[in-house]
This record gives sequence, C-alpha cells and structure tokens, in this order.
Amino acid sequence: MIAWLTQHRVALVSAFRRLAAMPLNTLLSLLVIGIALTVPGAAYVLLDNLRDLGRNASGVQQISLFMQIDAGKKEVAEIENRLRGLAGSQWRFVARDDALKRLQASEGLADIVASLPRNPLPDAFVVEPSDAGPEALEMLRKEIAGWPKVAHVQLDSAWVKRFDAFLRLGKLVMWLLAGIFGGGLVAVTFNTIRLQVLAQAAEIEVARMIGATDAFIRRPFYYFGALQGALGGLLAAGLVAGALRLLAAPVDELAGLYGGSFALAGPGPLDAAVLAAGGGLLGWLGAQLSVSLSLRKFD
Amino acid sequence: MIVASHLSQRYPGGYEAIKDVSFEITAGQMVFLTGHSGAGKTTLVKLIASIERPTGGSLVVNGQNLSALRRSALPYVRRHLGMVFQDRKLLFDRSALDNVMFPLHIAGMPRRDALRRAQAALDKVGLLAREKAMPITLSGGEQQRLAIARAVVNRPTVLLADEPTGNLDPESAAAVFELFADFNRVGVTVVVATHDQDWIARSRPRVLRLDHGRLL
Ligand SMILES: Nc1ncnc2c1ncn2[C@@H]1O[C@H](COP(=O)(O)OP(=O)(O)OP(=O)(O)O)[C@@H](O)[C@H]1O
Ligand SMILES: [Mg+2]
Repeated sequence: MIAWLTQHRVALVSAFRRLAAMPLNTLLSLLVIGIALTVPGAAYVLLDNLRDLGRNASGVQQISLFMQIDAGKKEVAEIENRLRGLAGSQWRFVARDDALKRLQASEGLADIVASLPRNPLPDAFVVEPSDAGPEALEMLRKEIAGWPKVAHVQLDSAWVKRFDAFLRLGKLVMWLLAGIFGGGLVAVTFNTIRLQVLAQAAEIEVARMIGATDAFIRRPFYYFGALQGALGGLLAAGLVAGALRLLAAPVDELAGLYGGSFALAGPGPLDAAVLAAGGGLLGWLGAQLSVSLSLRKFD
Repeated sequence: MIVASHLSQRYPGGYEAIKDVSFEITAGQMVFLTGHSGAGKTTLVKLIASIERPTGGSLVVNGQNLSALRRSALPYVRRHLGMVFQDRKLLFDRSALDNVMFPLHIAGMPRRDALRRAQAALDKVGLLAREKAMPITLSGGEQQRLAIARAVVNRPTVLLADEPTGNLDPESAAAVFELFADFNRVGVTVVVATHDQDWIARSRPRVLRLDHGRLL
C-alpha cells in the first residue's frame, strides 16, 4: 500500500519534473492545447450568453386569443374564467369595439374603417403566460385552441422558436468544434509523449531489464498527458475570461444604445473545472494511445 | 539455484545462439562463463536474467521456471537478480547515486530507505565519495563499479555480470573480480561471463565453456 502510494507520488512528481525540464516545449504545448480548448470553450460561453440574452430580450411572451365573431358575453366570461385558472399568467381583454376604435385612431386607416358595414373584429385576449419557454408556450396554445368559441390562437413567438432552433444549431456546432479540437488535443499529446518516450529510451530499456512493471513505465506518461491537458484547460478558461473582459465595455455600450443593460457572463469556476477535467481526460487518452504504440519496440 | 535442461534460444532471424544446454549451478557458487566472441555468453546471461525468454528446454532460477512464467510476472523475478550489462547501461542524465537508487525506486522503496541502501552499495564499491558525480565524469573502472553497485543494491540472490572487465586495465579488472568474490563470500550466487583467462587461471573457479551455443 505504501509502495503503491509512493509509486503514484513518484509518477506525479516525475510528470511535473518533465514539464519543468523543458519549459519552452511545455509552454508551446500548453499554448496549443489551451487555444484548441479555447475555441469550443468560447463557443459555449457565447451560446450561454445568447441564451440569457434571448430570455431577457423576449421579456414577455404573448399569446393572442381571438374569439369567434358571434361569441357573446357569456362565452367571453367563460374564457375569462379559464384564463384565471392558469396559474401565474397575466391577461387582458380587448373588446371588439375598443379594437375598432384603436384602428380608427391609426393614421390612414380611419377611412377604411369608416367604410366597413360593421365591425369585422372579434373579441380578443392577450395572454402573458408565466412560463415563456417555447415548449410550454406551444402546449398552452394547443390547450387554448380547444376552448369553446375560440376562433384562433396566435403565438407571438415565432422568433422565439427560431432563436431556439438557432441555439440548438449553435450547440451542435459547439460540439463539433469540441470534437475537432479535442481530437487535436489528443494528437498533440500523442506527439509530445512519443517524443518523450524516444528521449527516455535508455531509461525505459534499463528499467524494463531490472524489474520495472509496464504500469511503472507507463504511469508517468499518463500523468504527464493528463497534467498537460488539465493545465491547457485552465489556460483556455483564462483566455476566454480575458477575451470577455476585453469585450465587456463595447457590449455594455451596445446594450446601452438599445436601451437595455446586458453584461457578458464569463466562464465561472465550474466552467474552468469542466475545461480542465476535459483537457485532462483527453490528455490521458492521448498519452494512453501514444505509450501503447511507442512502447511496442521495447518488447 | 539455476538449473538449465536442454535449454535453447533461437533469435527471430532463425539463428540458434544456445543449443541444447544443460547445467546446474547451486546456491552460493561462483561460476565463470567463457567462450569465443559470438559463442552465446550474453544470450545465456540474458536468459538467466529473464530478459530473453527461452525458445526451448527449461530454465529454473530461484525455484521459478522462467519458460512457464507469465510475462507480467517477469518484473518481479528480475528484481531478485542483479545484472551487470556488457555495455553497462548507466543512465547519463543523473548522478551516480541516482543511478544506484533506480532499482529501488522501481521496486517502490521509500526514498529515505533507498538513499541509505544506495549509499551503502556505493560505499561497497568504493564510490561513496563520488555519489554526486555524473557517470560521464567517471573513469571506465569507476563506471563499471557503479554498474555493479546498481546490480547489488537490491540485495539479489543471484548476481549476473556480462564481460564486466572488458576495456579495463588489469588492476581495475582485479578490483572488479575481487568485488564479485566478496559478494560470493556472503552467499550470493555469481555468474560472470568473461574472456579474462588470467583471472580464471589464478582463482580456478568453476567454468562453463560455450562454443557456438553448445556447452563443452
Ligand atoms: N538479438 C539478436 N538477434 C539475432 N541474433 C543475435 C541477437 N543477439 C545475439 N545474436 C547472435 O547470437 C550469437 C551469440 O551472441 P552473444 O551476444 O550471446 O555472444 P557472446 O558470446 O556474448 O559474444 P561476445 O563475446 O562478443 O559478447 C551471435 O552469433 C549473435 O550474432
Ligand atoms: Mg557478449
């Protein structure tokens, strides 16, 4: 047990030593890995911010409910009743006469309205549901459409759907990027480890001949790969955070121009941990592949 | 201690370096292995050290049948053997002390204990004063003694040496042989492959003579 712990500590220490022994190489590898992880990391943070932006900007989602033209007071009262049953939702009634008056008040439409033989507008409700998620909205629309004397229900959130589809696409692109650059990270680690095995051929050869197990020989390289990947992940988190800081002022200004306030949310400690863990895992994988191939010649 | 029966070793190219060799070395013996260049001395030593695996016959070392062992068991067998390589195989990127500590490090010994043991081994071969020296700065004889210190540091029951006095002047060579005799005196089984006829003539040890892979 103590021997086992010692071996792991030794492997970790030797991984650190190898990182420190070639500072320039280490720095370059870390930069490559860091930048490789920055791309999907930045995409993730961007999507996250867009999602927040979408939520804030859409503000209130509305559903317009149009009654049938022959709907009377009783039916309107029934609908009001049912709307009251929707917990948390706000709504307002737009009587057909009011709607007509408003139309008459609009520039250029007065003549047309005046020429109409009778009021063509139905009674309507404008509903602001509490849950503005696209799926919830769609479900609510379906429900309301089934109510009596309801002629038409309109979701004023086509763009929400489009935005959502856009976010989904963005997410897919992000995963593709993560796949591509993750593959790059594995390749970079593979190569670094291959060079290290070559550089340490003498030590590995001797170690094998005087009783080192495979695990003993492989372990430092695994630790090295994982360590390098994890540090690269942290570097990526730092790069994304730095870029966001640079963007913060202009974004604030832009948001001000639109009369809103919006602050970019940077990668938090959790995001940094995820990047480090992901980098570490991929580094470990690259090391595993590389060591398995490179050590074959010692058999 | 070491029992070979009908042992043979055919290299991948098809060349049979050891042909139907049988012998027995009992515990505590000191045996010299001689023969012309290419006779198969290194091959036989590597077989005993379980670095090469026999392609025929059987070889039992320390009570373990090497040809029957699983590959994953070999490292643990090797830890009980000390090996001095023909080309020494010192690691030139670390100090003499670190070279000697390497086998203990592999065996997972805590650094403090390993340090003490390694210093004792260096002391035994007369190199304690040079523990911080890099191997490249040592003379040929000193390098050879360093290689011996590394081979004995894990207190092996069997010490194997391949041509330990090649390229050494007679005095250094004598010092090296004296070392082996010392280890043998405390009970270590010693097998030395060598061309050195002088020493053999002087100390009249048991000799195994190889000729084209066969035991004479
Ligand atoms: N890895 C190998 N592959 C193929 N043939 C080999 C290999 N190693 C050694 N041989 C051959 O086996 C024979 C015995 O070699 P070995 O090294 O055991 O001889 P040796 O007695 O140690 O010679 P020397 O005194 O020159 O060191 C030689 O003919 C050599 O060419
Ligand atoms: Mg030889």
